[in-house]
Amino acid sequence: MSPSLRRAPILAQALAASTRPQSPQNTYGYHRVYFRVAPLARYSQRSYYATALTTADLKTVLHPVHLDLGARMVPFGGWDMPVQYSGILAEVKAVRTAAGLFDVSHMGRLYISGPQSTQFLDWVLTGSAATLRVGRARYCMICNDSGGVIDDTIFYRLAEDRYLLIPNAGNRAAVVDWFQDWIDQKFSGMPGTDPAISPAVSMADRTESTALIACQGPDAPQIVDSLCGGAASTLRPFAWTEVNLADKPVMIGRTGYTGEDGFEVVCQARDAAVIWRALMDQGALPCGLGARDVLRLEAGLPLHGHEIDEETTPIEAGLNRFVRFDKEYVGSEVLAKQNEEGTDRKLVGLTVEGRSAPRAEYPILHQGEIIGQVTSGSYSPTLDTSIAMGYVLGRHASPGQVVDLDIRGRTVPARIVELPFYTKPK
Amino acid sequence: MNPTDRKYTREHEWIKLDDSAGGQALTGITEYAQDQLGDIVYFELPKVGDSVKQLEKMGEVESVKAVSDLYSPVSGEVLEANEKLMDHPELANEDPFEQGWLIRISIADPGELESLMNAEEYEAFIGGL
Repeated sequence: MSPSLRRAPILAQALAASTRPQSPQNTYGYHRVYFRVAPLARYSQRSYYATALTTADLKTVLHPVHLDLGARMVPFGGWDMPVQYSGILAEVKAVRTAAGLFDVSHMGRLYISGPQSTQFLDWVLTGSAATLRVGRARYCMICNDSGGVIDDTIFYRLAEDRYLLIPNAGNRAAVVDWFQDWIDQKFSGMPGTDPAISPAVSMADRTESTALIACQGPDAPQIVDSLCGGAASTLRPFAWTEVNLADKPVMIGRTGYTGEDGFEVVCQARDAAVIWRALMDQGALPCGLGARDVLRLEAGLPLHGHEIDEETTPIEAGLNRFVRFDKEYVGSEVLAKQNEEGTDRKLVGLTVEGRSAPRAEYPILHQGEIIGQVTSGSYSPTLDTSIAMGYVLGRHASPGQVVDLDIRGRTVPARIVELPFYTKPK
Repeated sequence: MNPTDRKYTREHEWIKLDDSAGGQALTGITEYAQDQLGDIVYFELPKVGDSVKQLEKMGEVESVKAVSDLYSPVSGEVLEANEKLMDHPELANEDPFEQGWLIRISIADPGELESLMNAEEYEAFIGGL
């Protein structure tokens, strides 16, 4: 088996399965269980969403607000989070045509500072910290030694030697551990100084003392502007600033995970409910993780645990533009090689006629042979068709090619398309 | 909330005898089922003439967030599937007990109905979930 397939267990599994004499519908004997929707007898045995832990010990500071609003709650990444309020279709529509409001406080707020913080981040991130100006933010990956993705993150440069990183909820602990290992190994202090007194890099996890609220959609600039004296709409994409929002001190960035214009707001935990209510009063509709997953899929954005994980590189996922190839850092050797030589498998977009959606881990076939696997799929209300992302062998990855999907035993044709499925109108 | 003119399964389907045609009944999913599923986008229903067996899979219902199997409340032959659900699956969210019915069935063995719950029993059942 080739080295690249050893690090691609999902596809390797699929390929191994394809050599066994069995029908395609028998090649998936298991389903990833995502949000456990309800204790229905036989309903919701197959529920498809982002990687969820089965426990939800953590609650965001807005948890009581969600319950008051009648949200349906599910465990996600160790947190008890709203999956929907009014309904996924209505919530997706609000974000595409007006504005939606998301509690994303389950994601981490990790502050990195110190005289070597820039060198440290340039060592552990695929994106450059040195070239990021204060006042700007950048999306990139945190990779392991083999180029596998430990997490994807947005990081904000707050000052010359101070940064804010936003890891995914379920990966926060892994990222903190990984960073601490590298700080201890490689950035433990300046020569002749005591790291206990003047650390070269310090890390502070403020996930639980702060909150993160996203307001997304074409009406978001006007809504956020109305609460901060017009400071929001002057921000460029991936820029951030400090303002008073509804009279509370916050940091707002023009960033998001929906494919729409919008903002993410970091505030003190104690101010979150006031800010949430103020944004709602200005017309933003509360939206849950269900809508968020559909929106990010339509926008072709990867979700860790699905399109990317520790066995998948950013190159395989087509995320080359978020990777530096000019410097040495963790994983850079593998990433540069793959960028040069290509990869055996590639992440592609798939469209399927009709409303029956392919879901994660369904096999992708060509003339009866398994050539890949779906990583995420859903009915897309914006496009009124079913869409999916998945990995296929390189020779089947060109847009326009037609492949088959095995949707619970039914063979359904699908077309390979360019990502994203949806781009916001200019 | 659950109409008393019909019977219910533990899989959250209902069956209602059609008084105008002997031995025929309409089936559908309950309010509880549609609420748990969320926005329904697709039904895979059996075809006219198909035989279905009590509490065996007869189709699938797909919401944005989940896929679930549909089980027939009784054994029999499918006489009609609700065509409206093909273009308007949301009818089963909006009106699961009337306009959102799934199939019309000719009942093979009326005795099977006795194993099903009445509205009161069904409410007690979902109250315990």
